[in-house]
Amino acid sequence: MKKSKSEPLFHIVKRDTLVWYKAWGIRAAAIIAALIVCGIVTTVTTGLNPISVYGAFIQGAFGSGRKVWITLQNMSILLIISLALTPAFKMRFWNIGGEGQVLVGALATAACMILLGDKIPNPLLILIMTVSALAAGAVWGLIPAVFKAKWNTNETLSTLMMNYIATQLVAFFTVVWEVPKGSFTVGIINQSTNAGWLPQLFGSKYLLPIVVALVTTASMFVYLRYSKHGYEIAVVGESEKTAKYVGMKTEKIIIRTMLLSGALCGLAGLLLVGGINHTITTTINSGQGFTAVMVSWLAKFNPITMIFTSFLIIFLERGAGEVSTNFGLNQSFADILTGIILFFIIGCEFFITYKIVGKAKKAEPAGASKSIEETKTEKAEAEEKAEETAEESKAEETEEKTETAEKTE
Amino acid sequence: MSQAAVRLENITKRFGSVVANSGVTLDINKGEILALLGENGSGKTTLMNMLSGIYYPDEGRIFIDDKEVKISSPKVAFELGIGMVHQHFKLVDVLTATENIILGLEGRLNKKEAREKIKEICDKYGFDINPDQKIYDMSVSQKQTVEIVKVLYRGAKILILDEPTAVLTPQEAEKLFNVMRNMKEDGKALVIITHKMHEVESISDRVAVLRKGEYVGSMMTKDTNAAEMTNMMVGRTVSLNIRRPKPVNPRPRIRVEGLTVRNIEGIEKLKDVSFTANSGEILGIAGISGCGQKELLESIAGLQIAEKGSIKYISDDGNEEELLGNDPRRIEELGVALSFVPEDRLGMGLVGNMDLADNMMLRSFRNGKSVFTDRGTPHKLAEKVVDDLEVVTPGIETPVRRLSGGNVQKILVGREISHAPTVLLTAYAVRGLDINSSYTIYDLINEQKEKGVAVIFVGEDLDVLLEISDKILVLCAGEVSGIVEAEKTDKNEVGLMMTKVMQKDTSHAVTLKKD
Repeated sequence: MKKSKSEPLFHIVKRDTLVWYKAWGIRAAAIIAALIVCGIVTTVTTGLNPISVYGAFIQGAFGSGRKVWITLQNMSILLIISLALTPAFKMRFWNIGGEGQVLVGALATAACMILLGDKIPNPLLILIMTVSALAAGAVWGLIPAVFKAKWNTNETLSTLMMNYIATQLVAFFTVVWEVPKGSFTVGIINQSTNAGWLPQLFGSKYLLPIVVALVTTASMFVYLRYSKHGYEIAVVGESEKTAKYVGMKTEKIIIRTMLLSGALCGLAGLLLVGGINHTITTTINSGQGFTAVMVSWLAKFNPITMIFTSFLIIFLERGAGEVSTNFGLNQSFADILTGIILFFIIGCEFFITYKIVGKAKKAEPAGASKSIEETKTEKAEAEEKAEETAEESKAEETEEKTETAEKTE
Repeated sequence: MSQAAVRLENITKRFGSVVANSGVTLDINKGEILALLGENGSGKTTLMNMLSGIYYPDEGRIFIDDKEVKISSPKVAFELGIGMVHQHFKLVDVLTATENIILGLEGRLNKKEAREKIKEICDKYGFDINPDQKIYDMSVSQKQTVEIVKVLYRGAKILILDEPTAVLTPQEAEKLFNVMRNMKEDGKALVIITHKMHEVESISDRVAVLRKGEYVGSMMTKDTNAAEMTNMMVGRTVSLNIRRPKPVNPRPRIRVEGLTVRNIEGIEKLKDVSFTANSGEILGIAGISGCGQKELLESIAGLQIAEKGSIKYISDDGNEEELLGNDPRRIEELGVALSFVPEDRLGMGLVGNMDLADNMMLRSFRNGKSVFTDRGTPHKLAEKVVDDLEVVTPGIETPVRRLSGGNVQKILVGREISHAPTVLLTAYAVRGLDINSSYTIYDLINEQKEKGVAVIFVGEDLDVLLEISDKILVLCAGEVSGIVEAEKTDKNEVGLMMTKVMQKDTSHAVTLKKD
């Protein structure tokens, strides 16, 4: 018989709920650690002074009045999409079809502008645009919901597939509506008449999406927390059996919630085409349907917290862009920095839920063990994964969790 | 003379701020059956999990044959000859007994040799399994046998059985005890975790009691009795009798006729079930688990689609309403005040991540025309339930999953009886509950009975069923094998009825050969 004297090096222990300031302390420590690692990576790989790189980050997001407005506008669109996905997520319906739902909303808006522009009065046109954008998004959400409710198909797959259909539809109509012929782009729609362009609020062309986002945030917060629908969504999400046990009609709730989710995505599409870009391309949404998944999760499905998480993502995105142009680096380098920062921010949630207990000492301070642990994994991974995008770093996080879960076993 | 096979010294294990075991020192002797007693949450399973390598102790030392060991993984535990049979079996359904037993072992795969060795083990201790039978064809007791043979095959000298009789009929349990006695004769050290006092008395040589994670003491079984052991577990004197008030003016309330239910795979879970439940009476439902109890209750509650049959609700004025084919909401709208305490509390009756008030709201959230929920009333109800039933909770805003099993059950029962039901369905109402909480639940059920509620009580402990029920309906593989007066029957009769119809079924005949 083998004699084993090996004692596990450390174990992972679940924490009680942490007081809020400690939890935020851990988050702050994670950001500081992320900045340090980013600094090291920057200096080692490019020889640049990390402080000036960070400066450029802030410049990118807040460098001028216009930049601040664009940051806020981008944030609003991302926030609306995140809010749209949230009721579905709370219901444990993994709607990753935000991209497609936004695109069909955008497509419907563009269609109204092109086909009806100048033919009917502008207010009526905008009304029709709004209704069709919401309806198009809702239909895109409805189809997977019906399949899920009736035959329990996997919604992750069906919502994802719907994205490709939406992209191809947009690509098709881009050719149909191309201006000028052969350019494969639609160009600015109704540039001379501005028909169907959403109105500017208080003379600012940036303000409309921001106001819409704020109203949506407040409404979604109230809807989820205080309405009967919101309660039903929560119960269905937590346990379908319990929902049935108290006589909730789960099919109806799934379909209703996805109609809402899709329609809100359609609203984002309306704003993108009617309010911001006045044109349509297949990449008009630039993957925000997926980024929104992360925004919603990071905020733990709380609409108010989503304001901060969407800000964080947009800030990193805008800053990273500035860094690449300012220092003549390619976009991948900025992506590496974004990846590292997100990795730490998402990874630190693990240390809010669990603590690591060392072999000899009983209660090692969580902060200390954290930075050692994380820096180790991070160094290795940051260098390997140059293309690390936000989604990937999220996947790593889950990997890390499974690894640790295995250790505990 | 027995000698210590295992010595646990000052074992402490914490989960966050919860101390599961605190300074436990305990000897487990060779050639001895030790019963480990304690209420729920007293740390019995945690302690044994540390022995089998699932957890690692925060403090303390473990000695095997007087040598200190570090059990860092289940593999190490196996190498040290420690085997644990868990409450929930860990078997692969589509494989045979032999395949399951050798699964995960290193070395060349030789099924023939393995089969021989399994036969040898079975003959030695008196097990009765067919090594080539697939697990999905086996009864629960056969599956358990496979689990035990599995640990013996791996050379276990120290066996830990976590509530092994919870899923067995009295006859099957007796068979298991005979095997355990054979293993004891062979010099193995056995630990049995159980809640049933009469089992402790009949099988164990020595009992060790844990209370709130601490070791209270141990004594020879022959020198003690159930009352003394219970007092040690609880820490004060408790009465072990369950009240059975006489039924007042019983009238038919629920009449089930020819109920047949198939599950999603098309297997008949209930076959032509007929009975009547009276108001002011407790109808006990006995049967091996999985014999249709769940389907029966869910059919009445409107959660099952039945193939045929009828379930009539008879109100006080003699009106009859058909319940079958209606969902719970429709049943409520028909004016039938039906309460259902399901088996899987956090999976069906309650939402674990929601707080007490939100869980109270499950039944009442539809009230009122407003699109917003009324949170005040459920909050008050939660406070009332907490007060009335002495629920231990940090507050109304605590998620239910953070409460202990007994308190979770009090919340569920409290909510269900709060809307003055006329029918109360309970499935394994005291499963996993400690003695104190169990008696609170029994009292609540009796209270409902005295109010004239028709109670249908699905239970697993026959002693309790015999004490609390007025009538007992025995289910066997989805059929009613009889309805008996609780006062005029005994455990043996009910136990036999639980297996009666099963004898027709050839695949289970092996189990019963020796009965």
